[in-house]
Amino acid sequence: MPSMRDIKRRKSSIQSTQQITKAMKLVSTVKLQKAKTRAEETNSYFEYMYRTVTSMLARSGSVDHPYLKKGDGDKKAVVVITGNRGLAGGYNSNITKLVMGSAYFSKEDAKIYAVGSKGRETLERHGYHIREDNASIIEAPTYEDAAELCKRVLDAFAEGEVSEIYLAYTHFKNTVSHEAKLIKLLPVELDEAANEAADTKVLMNYEPNEEEALNQIIPKYVTSLFYGALVEAVASENGARMQAMDSATENAEEMICDLTLKFNRARQGSITQELTEIVAGASAISG
Amino acid sequence: MADENKIFQVEIITPNRIFYKGESTMVEFNTVEGKLGVYKKHIPVTTVLAPGIVRIHKEGEEDRIAAIHSGFAEILPDKVTFLAEIAEWPEEIDKARAKAAMERAKARLEGKEEGVDLKRAEFALHKALVRMDIGE
Repeated sequence: MPSMRDIKRRKSSIQSTQQITKAMKLVSTVKLQKAKTRAEETNSYFEYMYRTVTSMLARSGSVDHPYLKKGDGDKKAVVVITGNRGLAGGYNSNITKLVMGSAYFSKEDAKIYAVGSKGRETLERHGYHIREDNASIIEAPTYEDAAELCKRVLDAFAEGEVSEIYLAYTHFKNTVSHEAKLIKLLPVELDEAANEAADTKVLMNYEPNEEEALNQIIPKYVTSLFYGALVEAVASENGARMQAMDSATENAEEMICDLTLKFNRARQGSITQELTEIVAGASAISG
Repeated sequence: MADENKIFQVEIITPNRIFYKGESTMVEFNTVEGKLGVYKKHIPVTTVLAPGIVRIHKEGEEDRIAAIHSGFAEILPDKVTFLAEIAEWPEEIDKARAKAAMERAKARLEGKEEGVDLKRAEFALHKALVRMDIGE
């Protein structure tokens, strides 16, 4: 049985850990609120963009445009958005697992554009080729950051360095539920639902012409996807961290409770033992 | 009362916020093809925006103007939606900063140094000019 001192030391160590997890939970709660509002504000832009682009593409199926075709090479650009810090439950590892388990590309032909250092570290360790490391973006993503990243990736696509572009990020459903997602950005592919939605719409004209409009709009579409993903990833990271820290605080509470009980028992045991010894000693002298 | 047949919806959306949402009788703006004025029941057009001023006309009210840089507009018979990367009201523009940016862009264009992205400098100059213009 551990001594009273051992139990006391262990208890105080858990208590200080609990204080840290509690503080981290509070910090991420505040950050989550901010990130959530931002994600909601961005959503309308993103939705309009998606609707416009899908309806546009559905009606211009015959247009022969480089953005709509697979490139020649077999390399694939993968933009991986994770956090710079751990202690967020499965947040970072869910993304890296998704990337590593993907059927779209293999370890050899993936070029990773990493945003967030946690994902970069893990993928690097597993032998993936890291093309770019943008750890600082995730701290406070702006639209300009997304635009620059987008330009670099699209340039690589235009030059034939990569033939497809994928994006891995964590979708923010609500405060408690987030989902790691891997989507294909280029060449743009349409799902059936988008095709149906487009059929019902009026016939659209384009200025200056369809190809030029596509040239202008597709990069903006990809940028808005990047930006939306960055903002959602920040919200998800803080949400995940808040949950992880919340359960860590709860677990610490439980352990402290248990240790307090053990400590009291040990104290009682030592008092009883002392008393027995005194009584025994006294009776030995008088007897 | 305003004539129902003239009024349509206008929305200006940027990545960070819904910039403007309201009704109008006519909007004027700059596209890469030139200036465009849109009334209700316009033929459906999607057009690429050039940096410029958007003027939203309203019946019985003063016109609202805003600076818009880069993006595109979707025009439908009863609705015009702008998807802009940057949009600003006149009161939000920092004139001193715009002036500094203008001079910087000008110097770059005139200097013709090696490695200067001419297109980008031109775009920056254009943006600064629009900002100066609307800020007056």
